[in-house]
Amino acid sequence: MSTATTTAVTTPVMPARPWLTTAIIFAALLTVPVWLPMLGGYTALAGRVLVLGLAAMSFNLLLGFTGVMSFGHAAYFGLGAYGAGLTLKYIAPSTPLAMVGGVLLGGILGSLFGRLIAQRRGVYFAMVTVAFGQIAFYVTYSWDSLTGGYDGLRGFSRAPLNLGFTTIDITNNSTYFYYFLLFVFAVATGLQALLLASPFGRTLVAIRENERRARFLGIPIERHIWMSFSISCCFTALAGALYALLNNFADPMGLHYSLSGEIVIMTVMGGMRAFWGPLIGAALFVVLQDYISSMTVNWMSFVGLIFVLVVLFFPRGLLGMLQKGTQR
Amino acid sequence: MSMLDIRNVTKQFGSLVAVNSVSMQVAAGELRAIIGPNGAGKTTFFNMISGFFAPSAGDIVFDGTTVTKLAVAERVAMGMARTFQITEIFPELTVRENIRIGVESALGLRQRFWIGATQKAEVNRGIDEALTQTGLTVSADRLVGELSHGDQRAAEIATALTLKPRLLLLDEPTAGMGEHETYAVANLIRRLHKNSAYTIVLIEHDMRVVFNLADKITVLGEGKMLAEGTPDEIAANPIVQEAYLGKAE
Repeated sequence: MSTATTTAVTTPVMPARPWLTTAIIFAALLTVPVWLPMLGGYTALAGRVLVLGLAAMSFNLLLGFTGVMSFGHAAYFGLGAYGAGLTLKYIAPSTPLAMVGGVLLGGILGSLFGRLIAQRRGVYFAMVTVAFGQIAFYVTYSWDSLTGGYDGLRGFSRAPLNLGFTTIDITNNSTYFYYFLLFVFAVATGLQALLLASPFGRTLVAIRENERRARFLGIPIERHIWMSFSISCCFTALAGALYALLNNFADPMGLHYSLSGEIVIMTVMGGMRAFWGPLIGAALFVVLQDYISSMTVNWMSFVGLIFVLVVLFFPRGLLGMLQKGTQR
Repeated sequence: MSMLDIRNVTKQFGSLVAVNSVSMQVAAGELRAIIGPNGAGKTTFFNMISGFFAPSAGDIVFDGTTVTKLAVAERVAMGMARTFQITEIFPELTVRENIRIGVESALGLRQRFWIGATQKAEVNRGIDEALTQTGLTVSADRLVGELSHGDQRAAEIATALTLKPRLLLLDEPTAGMGEHETYAVANLIRRLHKNSAYTIVLIEHDMRVVFNLADKITVLGEGKMLAEGTPDEIAANPIVQEAYLGKAE
């Protein structure tokens, strides 16, 4: 008699050739020192894209793949930067150790805060992330003797990489340093891809898709959101540590909620349902910031305008739209 | 011993008593239908059994263990699975991926960051089994959100079956369906009950489905138990006819 009504839903982003996007992105990233100067850019700009891209992709483990919104992710980015800076300044002049220090500081605090944050949902979840982010910001800002307060932490610099058989001078050679960043970026995003393809990663998507169904399949929701939050904070802190290495500097604005907002903007602009979306968003953001800020101090209004246009016309984000375009 | 033993459960929301001291025993392998007019407290009763919320008073014993205050995940681990009145699935995933999440959860792999080939094969076997049981093999790689209402419901039942439940709770499995789909879902439930010996408790409005499938029927009205018995006994019960069946006609 009456026929079934088919629920119309938007098809998720499933590119016809999943490896194509990855191949194109890495081909572009590997050849940056060749083509970027031709376009009038400089390698450090690409370094910024990698660092902020990693931060946005780490944030997107929560927003895009667990379905929860953190508005305080800059805190873990900034803590990662301070962790790296403090390690270099006070513990040992070792770049790998600095990264470990950054991940530990941001990861441990993120995990502690996350235990409480994961008990909340929706707008309350977002509010609590802002609150903890601001706590971290003000503590860093006020703890003059340790963090340098308003002026930020100076007096450290990244150390050459000692591989045992040879030493790579990432301190003075910006090309070497770029490839070092790219290596860390590739490993970190590779781990993220493996995570999302694992049974645990699937439970996160399940929570995003339908929390009630996930709960009634025996998935302990709060625990998994907490784990996802902690993992996301570790990767975000790694990005922060790389940021400190890139600038030889860590400042409290790295924890400020305005950066949290920028991370959200990058992620949504690039496409939060696409794995590489946040990287594309970060690239667009960094390039816009660089070019427009050389013309006007009000560069953020232009970024804001472009953000609004992207959200209105390409709700899947730029990469989401491109991948849908190639779908057969 | 009964699979499910509910002892005088009551649920109050403020001054409203949604369920008032209801008791019910379901034997292993039984198919029990709960019927009653709208507002009788059926779904509230269901929510207490499945752990959605705890009763204000009374006890729920599942297979010899008191589960009254246990969390959903713990009840699921003990072998309780449910579906909802409004289908709860993962709409943007394929049928296969929907089922995969259930299978991996049931196999205790849900917190694993890596699984080997042996476990992958085991997971795939579990998926194929649930697909076959529910007749969804042909639509395995379609997005659940694109399926017909009936197939979405079958997919939801399939994900519940991956938990190898000893008790399957179905909240209005044929709600909102046309003739054809109602028939298909009722057949699926019959197969699960007759061929695979699942213990099933379901809430249902479609009386043909209820009287065809159920071993026993529990009738609720205004939060209280009105009657309990075989379909023949219920059909002949004057209280039920007056309170429920009479009104419907």
